[in-house]
Order: sequence, then C-alpha cells, then structure tokens
Amino acid sequence: MEQAVQLKPEAASALLSVENVRAGYGEMDILHGVHLHVRENEIVCVIGPNGAGKSTLMKSIFGLVNIREGRIVFRGEDITALPPVQIVRRGMCYVPQTANVFPSLTVEENLEMGAFIRDRGVREKMEEMFELFPILKERRRQKAGTMSGGQQQMVAMARALMLDPALLLLDEPTAGLSPKFAEMVLEKVTEINRRGVSILMIEQNARAGLEISHRGYVLTTGRNRLDDTGRALLENEEVGRLFLGG
Amino acid sequence: MVKQLIVYGLIYGGIISLGAIGLTLIFRILRFGHFAHGDMMTLGAYLALFFKATAGWPMWAAALASLVITPMAAVLIDRLLYKPLRRTTPAILLIASVGMALFLRHLVQFIWGAQVQVYNPGIERPLLIWGVRIRPSQIWIIVMAVVLVFLVWVFLQKTKFGKAMRAMADNMDLAAVSGIDTERMITWTWVLGAVLAAAAGIMLGIDTQLRPVMGWIMLLPLFAATILGGVGNPYGAIAGGMIIGMSPELSTKYITTAYKPPGALVRVVLLLPVRAQGLFGAKGA
Repeated sequence: MEQAVQLKPEAASALLSVENVRAGYGEMDILHGVHLHVRENEIVCVIGPNGAGKSTLMKSIFGLVNIREGRIVFRGEDITALPPVQIVRRGMCYVPQTANVFPSLTVEENLEMGAFIRDRGVREKMEEMFELFPILKERRRQKAGTMSGGQQQMVAMARALMLDPALLLLDEPTAGLSPKFAEMVLEKVTEINRRGVSILMIEQNARAGLEISHRGYVLTTGRNRLDDTGRALLENEEVGRLFLGG
Repeated sequence: MVKQLIVYGLIYGGIISLGAIGLTLIFRILRFGHFAHGDMMTLGAYLALFFKATAGWPMWAAALASLVITPMAAVLIDRLLYKPLRRTTPAILLIASVGMALFLRHLVQFIWGAQVQVYNPGIERPLLIWGVRIRPSQIWIIVMAVVLVFLVWVFLQKTKFGKAMRAMADNMDLAAVSGIDTERMITWTWVLGAVLAAAAGIMLGIDTQLRPVMGWIMLLPLFAATILGGVGNPYGAIAGGMIIGMSPELSTKYITTAYKPPGALVRVVLLLPVRAQGLFGAKGA
C-alpha cells in the first residue's frame, strides 16, 4: 500500500508509466501486475532472471501482447493495446532482442524503413545517424544480414532512432555480443540518452546495465521485486547475490 | 533450332516469372501459398477478352482495363475471404485459396463458356528474324515482359512502398514495430501481385488461347519458380521463372515432348536436397 501511494505523484509526471499490468500469451499470464515508470531523460534498466517476463513487459508496452488488466500511459495518454503503428507515431520506438534488422535490405534501406511514416528530413536524420554510428556510413550499401552482430545492433538502434523518439525501448542490446562490442553498444546508449532520448532497456549483464542507468527495476516471475536508483541496486546485497555474481 | 526454343522459353518463362513475383511476395508476407493465383491470371485474361471482343476496344486498352480491374477484384477477395482468416493458420488460408481458385475458374466458365477462345481470330504470319520464326504478337509479349520486370525492379528498389514490401517479406514483425502500416502494404502487395498475374494471363492468352483452366494448370510451374528462386525473393522468382520456362522447351531437344510438363517439378525435386532455401533464398529464412 505504502509503495502505491508513493508512486502516484511520480507516475503522474512520468513520460511512460506501466500501471499494474497483467499480460501474457494465449491463456497463460506472464506478467502478474507489473508497474514501472520512466521520466524524461532517464535511462531505466530492467533486470531479472530468465523467464521473469522482461521481454514480455516490453512487448506489452508496445502493443504486441494481450494486456488483460492495468494500463500503459505514455505522455499522459492511455496507449494500452494500441497497435505498434500508432505507438510509433506517438514517439516511442522499439528494438527487439532478435531479428531486429531487415537482412536483405541495405543499411540505408533499413534506416529508411525506420523513418517510413516520416515524409521529410529523412536524409538529414540519416546523416545524423551516420555521425552517431560512423561504421554504418562506411557500410551504407551493404546488406544488413551480412554484417556482424554488433554492427547489426547498431543498424537496429539507428533504425529505431530515425523518428526522433522521445522514448527508446531496447531489449537486451548486448545479447550475444563480444565484451568489446557490448561495451561499445552501452556507450552508444549513454550517448543517445545525452541527445535527449529517454531509454528503457533490458540488460542481461546487470552490472553493466545498472552502471549506466539512472534507475533500475528487478523483475522476478512476472512481479516487481525491487526498484531503486542504479547505484543503490548495484550496492544492494540481494541484487549482488542474485545477479551480479557475488 | 536451339534459338527457336530459346525464344519459346523466353515467352513461357516471362509469363511464369510475372505470375511468380506476386506468388512469392504473398507467400512470404501473408504466409500462405496462394492457390488462386493461377485463376487470377485466368480472370485477367478473360477481362481483357471482354473489353476486346465484347466491348470492341483495341487490344492495348482492353489489356489496360484488365490490369486495373483484376487488382480491384484481388483486393476485394482479400477483404472478404482472406482478411477475416488472417489470424488463423496458414493451412486454413491455403484451403480457402483453393476454394477461391475453383470459384474463379467456374465463374469464368459460367460467364464466358468452356470453349476455347482467342483475342484475334485469323492467322498471324510469323516473321523470320535471325533464323527464328516469331509472330509479331510474341514480340509484344517479350517486350511487355521485359518492361514489366524492369518496372517491378524500379518499384521494389527505388520507391518507399516497394522497399517496405521487401522489408515485410524480410521480417513482418519488425516492419510493424518500425511503423509500417502493414495492412495497407498487404493491400498494395495484392495490387502488385494481381496486376502482374493479369498481365501474365493476357500474355498467355495472346500466345496460345483462352480456356477457363489456363491459369490453374500454370500453378505447378508458378510454385516451382517460387520455390526455385527462394520463397519471398521477387528477383529469385524471376530467375526461377526463366529457368522453369526455358528448360522444358530446351529439354524437348533431348527427350520426348511427352515429358515436358512434369519437368518443372523434377527440377525442383532435384534442387531441394542441395539448396532447401532455393537458389536465391537466405539460409534459415
């Protein structure tokens, strides 16, 4: 009870708030009443063991999973169960964990697809992305499917940034990447955030994720376990034991 | 003799290619084998016959009218039959499309009759070019096929909608989360597929004759070209169509013509164990 009361004023001023969401696939519930919020200019990281419902949480925010209870509010507007096209138009973009590029399209075409609903300024935005990810400029005519995992992750992030989103959802951006590339991707996340984009991300490397985040949430079996500032969670004994390896 | 067979193969291959482009895109984007695609060719051919023979329009205008009406019919079919079934399984959509194929064929037979018909009665004198006997109408078919394939390439490669269509064939879910209006693009996929199917049907009608079953019997080569080229790859479908179209003509040089029709199937069967993803398909796609 106490926590719910405490949350309200914060949630009201939040860019995104997930309120008591119960959701899942088919008959089965994966999330059993999850809450979370992201404020302007924040990086928020969600950590938790496999099967905690982290990816499901992202998909339900983005209208890809059946929400049975609760609601998603973005910029003061209820967007619960809106189709992805509508959510994108409202300024939220999403990078799925896997299959997040169009493999047979070139880098340039991938970025163009990210800006599909945008009518002008696509060139300028693309140049901005090439400045943020110089490797993509070099490989602009290469098919995304032939690039390395780390480079594909950059294509995926650049694609999602083409619409100038207010909020970017990243589902495990460093999954399967070598430590060098993982570090680079997280550096880019910080840089994107400095350019004024709020970020909600899932990170399987809890330490690295929390280190660059303002706040974090710990999810277990579809429920909120803990939430605090990134620093506080890093120092939390329980988090340390469960997710940070000792 | 070989030159002659190449020209026949080019005509037949061009017709298959045009049909297979739509089939492969629908296969990948809507996730089902569209068995009514051949009969959509039939419908296109007969609509042109209506404007040519019944309304008395010149052939080019009749063909153009068919290229406008056939896609409208395809979009209508999608709205009424396929769209309500889209959330079910591909098997149900496939069976529904077989039903639609039968419906279209019998509708054509009901309206125009079962007898063989032609656009232009009378005999066309073949020309002799570089030792190849070719009718003027066949030259038109080849020219139109090349022009259409070029236009498809321009559409898919240079326009926003064309790129979005390829993106959807690549990854439907990602297309949706990128903000691509997938329902609208599905409509455009039907339009493209039906325009090309109608064109292929008209060409087939010009090259041979019109019969209600003309499109249905094209299904085997169409699917063969689609699979050969890698499902979902429109350029693969064109190449697959040319291979499927060329090889039966050329094979008649070495084996008896009785074995010509199943040839397409034999080639697919021989290829699949080596490259299950087709000649141009991506691995694991």
